[in-house]
Amino acid sequence: MTDATQNTQNTSLYERLGGAAAVDAAVTIFYRKVIADSRINSFFAGVDMEKQAAKQKAFLTMAFGGPHNYTGLDMRRGHARLVEMGLNDSHFDAVLENLGATLQELNVPAAMIAEVTSIAESTRNDVLGR
Amino acid sequence: MVSIRFNQQWFDVSDDETVLDALLREGVSVPYSCRSGACQTCMMRAETGKPPEDAQKGLKPTRKARNHFLACLCKPEMDMEVVLPTDLPPPVKATVKRLLPLSADIIEVTLTTEIPVDYRPGQFITVMSPDRLSRSYSLASVPEEDEGLVLHVRRLPGGRVSGWIHETLREGDTLECSGPLGDCFYVPGQPSQPLLLIGTGSGLAPLYGILRDALRHGHDAPIRLFHGSRDAEGLYLQNELRILAENDPRFDYTPCLSGSEAPPNHAQGRAHTVALTDIANLTGWRIFLCGHPEMVQQARFQAFLAGALLDDIHADPFSLDKLETE
Repeated sequence: MTDATQNTQNTSLYERLGGAAAVDAAVTIFYRKVIADSRINSFFAGVDMEKQAAKQKAFLTMAFGGPHNYTGLDMRRGHARLVEMGLNDSHFDAVLENLGATLQELNVPAAMIAEVTSIAESTRNDVLGR
Repeated sequence: MVSIRFNQQWFDVSDDETVLDALLREGVSVPYSCRSGACQTCMMRAETGKPPEDAQKGLKPTRKARNHFLACLCKPEMDMEVVLPTDLPPPVKATVKRLLPLSADIIEVTLTTEIPVDYRPGQFITVMSPDRLSRSYSLASVPEEDEGLVLHVRRLPGGRVSGWIHETLREGDTLECSGPLGDCFYVPGQPSQPLLLIGTGSGLAPLYGILRDALRHGHDAPIRLFHGSRDAEGLYLQNELRILAENDPRFDYTPCLSGSEAPPNHAQGRAHTVALTDIANLTGWRIFLCGHPEMVQQARFQAFLAGALLDDIHADPFSLDKLETE
């Protein structure tokens, strides 16, 4: 995710989506969906909501192709505790579903939703610690 | 070239370098994660100097007001002394000006300090007991209206600090305290945004300060206070609050009892449940939550799902019920 070519490509997606303002618009909707989703909200129980929302924002920024410095290792470290708690593909799928639904709600065209989803998808193995 | 001071040391920050890069370059260990201004892990606070606006992107208004900034975005324009958000200011000496029981187990403590403490109502200070135990107490006073720092201290079973304050401390005694800290306070502006204040037990202290601060600033939207306790003995300042509500159409007060049967003019149930049932849609509201940790956590969650933005929900993780566990 950090190589130069990919960043150049992603920046354009980020701009087409509307940049930081688009992330701001999406993060509240997305986070509400995530914590109301009984398939995954047990992973968020007892966690500081503000810190969690900030992380969701960092995640969306990355998925939107925006500026970030996350590496695969960061993703692994950040989710290791959740993997121990049983985080698996079904939970990852649920997050992607909420992401797609958020973008639909914001009337983002299907083609761009697909681009965002594929960036998010590319973190799957790191998030699940494989 | 400008410099920043952190941990008693000055560091040069090159042109176009961020505070985070400068500290990491010098081998200083500070928390960070995304390095692009999103995750807020690297948040710091400027004690002197002002961070550039760009470095405060996405922070809550209360944090901006206290010169918080993101180290990974901050290219300082002037020298700044910076600290981590949880770093306590150095202790100051205070004198106990007044002790006044407010209820069976809550006492109002008024302190005057040698050096004036610049605070906002709702923030907290940390009080040190003679055997060097420290506890945080929220500020119920408004600097423009009250003389000294006013705390509401609840006596907790087996609590060594609250026990000392209730039993041993006398007017005229001196003690050490430090602060203020905390982001649970009223920021002027948006006077037409309705305010919801929910507190349990001595969590009323910060809300009493915030409430009067908002009124003083000319807030003109409804301000609704729900104060909860298990039984009637746990409620206090009831007369003051009722009089305030009768005389000010902006303010409304609902005492809530969760244990015993509620007498007239009281609501039955836990404060946050009563509040969120009464106001089902919190879109656009600014919310302050103080009191029992479990209540704060549940209320924050429910208020967010009821439409409030997280940036508009203020709670003080330390101004909980000051549960002493020793």
